[in-house]
Amino acid sequence: MMDLSAINPLLFIAGFFVAATPLIFAAIGELVVERTGVLNLGVEGMMIMGAICGFATAVETGSPLLGFAAAALGGAALSLLFAFLTQVMLANQVASGLALTLFGLGFSALLGQSYVGIKPPRLGDIDFGPLADIPVVGPILLSHDIIVYLGIALVVAVWATLKFTRAGLVLRAVGENHDAAHALGFKVKRIRTLAIMFGGACAGVGGAYISLIRVPQWTEGMTAGVGWIALALVVFASWRPFRVLLGAYLFGGLVQLQLNLQGVGVAIPVEYLAMSPYVITIVVLVVLSRDSNRAPGSLGRIFHASH
Amino acid sequence: MTFMKLLASAALVAGMATAAFAESHGKTKVGFVYVGPVGDGGWTYEHNEGRLAVEEEFGDKVETVFVESVAEGPDSERVMTQMALDGADLIFTTSFGYMDPTINVAAKFPDVKFEHATGYKRADNVSTYSARFYEGRAIQGHIAGKMTESNIVGYIGSYPIPEVIRGINSAFIHARKVNPDVQFKIVWAYTWFDPAKEADAAKVLIEQGADVILQHTDSTAPQAAAQEAGNVVTFGQASDMAQFAPFPRVSSIIDDWAPYYIARTKAVMDGTWESKDTWDGIGAGMVGIGEITDAVPADVKDEALALKASIADGSYHPFTGPLKKQDGSDFLAEGETADDGTLAGMNFYVEGIEGDIPQ
Repeated sequence: MMDLSAINPLLFIAGFFVAATPLIFAAIGELVVERTGVLNLGVEGMMIMGAICGFATAVETGSPLLGFAAAALGGAALSLLFAFLTQVMLANQVASGLALTLFGLGFSALLGQSYVGIKPPRLGDIDFGPLADIPVVGPILLSHDIIVYLGIALVVAVWATLKFTRAGLVLRAVGENHDAAHALGFKVKRIRTLAIMFGGACAGVGGAYISLIRVPQWTEGMTAGVGWIALALVVFASWRPFRVLLGAYLFGGLVQLQLNLQGVGVAIPVEYLAMSPYVITIVVLVVLSRDSNRAPGSLGRIFHASH
Repeated sequence: MTFMKLLASAALVAGMATAAFAESHGKTKVGFVYVGPVGDGGWTYEHNEGRLAVEEEFGDKVETVFVESVAEGPDSERVMTQMALDGADLIFTTSFGYMDPTINVAAKFPDVKFEHATGYKRADNVSTYSARFYEGRAIQGHIAGKMTESNIVGYIGSYPIPEVIRGINSAFIHARKVNPDVQFKIVWAYTWFDPAKEADAAKVLIEQGADVILQHTDSTAPQAAAQEAGNVVTFGQASDMAQFAPFPRVSSIIDDWAPYYIARTKAVMDGTWESKDTWDGIGAGMVGIGEITDAVPADVKDEALALKASIADGSYHPFTGPLKKQDGSDFLAEGETADDGTLAGMNFYVEGIEGDIPQ
């Protein structure tokens, strides 16, 4: 009865990349935000805003790439609301983030009223020419759309920026100790606002990847919790870019594995695989807690210049 | 202490006054609890169409309220309680998972009438209603069996509950009848509505060779995935999903709740409402079969329509023996049909389906 040969390993592994891409974008954006000491729980809301902005723009203009650009703008615009609440009004970050998610879900449903059931223009896979015919490597690595590669490039760029550049150093300093950074003359609020917008833009692109490529269509509430997994992923990755990449493939792969095993009639209860991403996160948290605390020092704390 | 009592009774009086005011106003208030967003294009969309039909029918005499995307379980209890406190006279709870919450809340509000969809627990003020979707599944199974070339039919299940298992069995029986080689691959999504997951499930099934996809989840994502794949047949679920016609969507099961919702609202207005169980199918019009498109060969379409007619006039029952259960034991003898009790609690696959029902 159990016939694993029905699973095509190449398609299976190639599916990892597609499943992981929304997570990669949302998580790497949130990682940068958290490294500046801001906890934005509004990832889900910014993703769904990106999903509808990208979808609507792609449908109206016929260009999926313009759609992704609009998604980044939409996500960043919504994140400005969060930046205003937390950086200007000094509101509680947790409450503001949750509000952002709720607002994003509702507002996107409103924007999307007339886009239900429409098919978006398709973004083709990159043509690697003869390279795509290389056995194994071709179908797995070289059969995707440009956004998949952009996501990986973004992770590398964020890693390099944080590690090697002055901007990255400043960003981390703000996150570790905002009072000290302020005393050194860095514009804490400006840096954080820019980071929040970057996070919003990334989440927006991640959301648009779901509505334009992975599903592809618009339905209300279609991000269905990916934003929350992205938040868990940042913790899982202990705020390090390459671990985000690893975690995203792991989480995305587990979903694929679960569905594939069901398709071939494997008898192990699927609930185990369904809950495994969260179990893994918990295990990592336990392991991390033995290690030195890696969370940015000022994470979630409100910065007031007069302190 | 006395002050608190005073406050409490004042609040009570105020509450009664509002209730009395609402009563004297003469409007019947009807509440709807939805499991997904009204824009899901499937299950919840059709329930909302039913709500709009109630408004259309009764105009000023009725007021409807709804809450969408309500999680099954305790959260739904809160939503129902709030609706009842806000003066709803009749509340429709439109998902299987609202069963126990509905019974719990109904016990606290004996004067409010409740209607729970697809469940089996009733009370003096709780009715149940459902549609015989399995009748539509028989027609889908017939078309699927005829149209598959790989002989692999993919089936996206939501939760392993009798409602869904019944549909799988009905589709499988009728697919096998016309195609002895057909196999069903069943993937459980454990959600009613999650477009990304439903799309993933559809893609996995297609990768594993399925060229027909049946879904028992609420979004149109599997349709979009099939369209992307190009050569995969699908069926609209709960709603017509006509935007994917003529291909991949070649037909559909359409839930038509409007006549029932209107009748039950009328019963509350007239004071004739009483607890009962309603389970209607194609014959009564609660289950509609969406247009069978030209992508289906003409002879298959004729057979499907003949099957529909025989189910509608009651001359054929989709669960007619001889049938065996998956384990080989007898289910129905030659010519015997399944009774409603068996159907309502169906928790086994029929012979020929591979894999186990998750427990």
